[in-house]
Amino acid sequence: MTRFRCPACDYTYDEARGDPREGFAPGTPWSEVPDDWHCPDCGVRDKVDFEEVDEQ
Amino acid sequence: MSTAAMHNAPSPVLARVAWRDPKRYLWLLGLVVPTLPFIADGLVHLTGLGAMWFFGPVLVFVFFPLADLAVGLDPANPPDGAIKALEADRYYRWCTYAFLPIQYAGLVFACWLWSSGELSVLESIGLALTMAMVSGVAINTAHELGHKRASLERSLSKVALASSAYGHFFIEHNRGHHVRVATPEDPASARLGESFWMFLPRTVIGSLRSSWELERERLRRGGSGPLTPRNDILRAWAMSVVLFAALAAIFGLVVLPYLLLQAVVGFSLLEVVNYLEHYGLLRQKREDGRYERCAPRHSWNSNNVASNVLLYHLQRHSDHHANPTRRYQALRHFGEAPQLPTGYAGMIVLAYIPPLWRRVMDRRLSEHYRGDLSLANVHPRARARYGL
Repeated sequence: MTRFRCPACDYTYDEARGDPREGFAPGTPWSEVPDDWHCPDCGVRDKVDFEEVDEQ
Repeated sequence: MSTAAMHNAPSPVLARVAWRDPKRYLWLLGLVVPTLPFIADGLVHLTGLGAMWFFGPVLVFVFFPLADLAVGLDPANPPDGAIKALEADRYYRWCTYAFLPIQYAGLVFACWLWSSGELSVLESIGLALTMAMVSGVAINTAHELGHKRASLERSLSKVALASSAYGHFFIEHNRGHHVRVATPEDPASARLGESFWMFLPRTVIGSLRSSWELERERLRRGGSGPLTPRNDILRAWAMSVVLFAALAAIFGLVVLPYLLLQAVVGFSLLEVVNYLEHYGLLRQKREDGRYERCAPRHSWNSNNVASNVLLYHLQRHSDHHANPTRRYQALRHFGEAPQLPTGYAGMIVLAYIPPLWRRVMDRRLSEHYRGDLSLANVHPRARARYGL
């Protein structure tokens, strides 16, 4: 499972936890998050802007 | 780095210790606005003049613009090294939380006055307009709280919006306006050649429609229809319905027309601020069809101290759009951002008088685009007027 972070506000989408408030059940892969989805916290970055979090 | 250079470089730690926020205690002045019904009552008793019930709009539309002219500008920014501590300082949060109990004490007080039978209809209208200034400026407080990640602040944001019945603002502003700002698709971004009176119905109806679409889409992803108790818009509106029904039950139906009047005038005050924040500014479309990212050049700013203190740095609007979750005390002035000729308070008055507004702002917008108004967000029906 991977995490993706908004570069503007550090909101993080965690595939394992999903984001039920946004309609993404736990385990929803990033690929199933729609392309026109925006960061729910700041609203100024789109899905394509998100950065994969390096877990190392 | 040489030893000498190391000594000359400002240490972040030292900067944090040495720098003191000059506006720290000024933020408490933001609490003057929710106190307005009580101030108006005091002035009526002091002077014996019923006209003093109108004190709220007089303060906002006359005294605040004069205060901006008298106090002047302050473009100073907190040093980078101090910002983290500044944002973490909970004192600033309490300045915004304190707005709410005063706001609602004033609303209950106003209902008691409306139901007392001691005020004439005209005086009651004056008090409703004074209360409208509180509910309108409360949307600014809700705006500050609603951008934060903490659930307490988000809940308080909805409470602050209940008295103006504008709960859907919390959804539309964060998820609609911030995404589409300074584009023709945003109902809350005003266009060149669009008067405030044309903008008002477009933004009120368009923002309502957009917020509903956004919420419906969010719930649809979760496999639910829009008519559910989890719908944040319905929850926020329910808060207003319960509030107004409770006040009518306690004080009588006589309070309802005044509650409605203060709500409508209150949210119109928020919308006139929306009008001036992005007037005519446009993000260009990139080759891939997406709009360029929102930059400092896409918001009108002002460093007028009086309006900045009363509106929690809302006028440092470019930084707000670049960093929407940044707390008000840490917002910065950007040299490259377009500047308004005076503070938001004075610009509100100009916006109410479209010929004056156009005279002042169309020239500024044209200068911003170096005479090329094809780069501006132009109202479709006004294109010919600007030779486009």
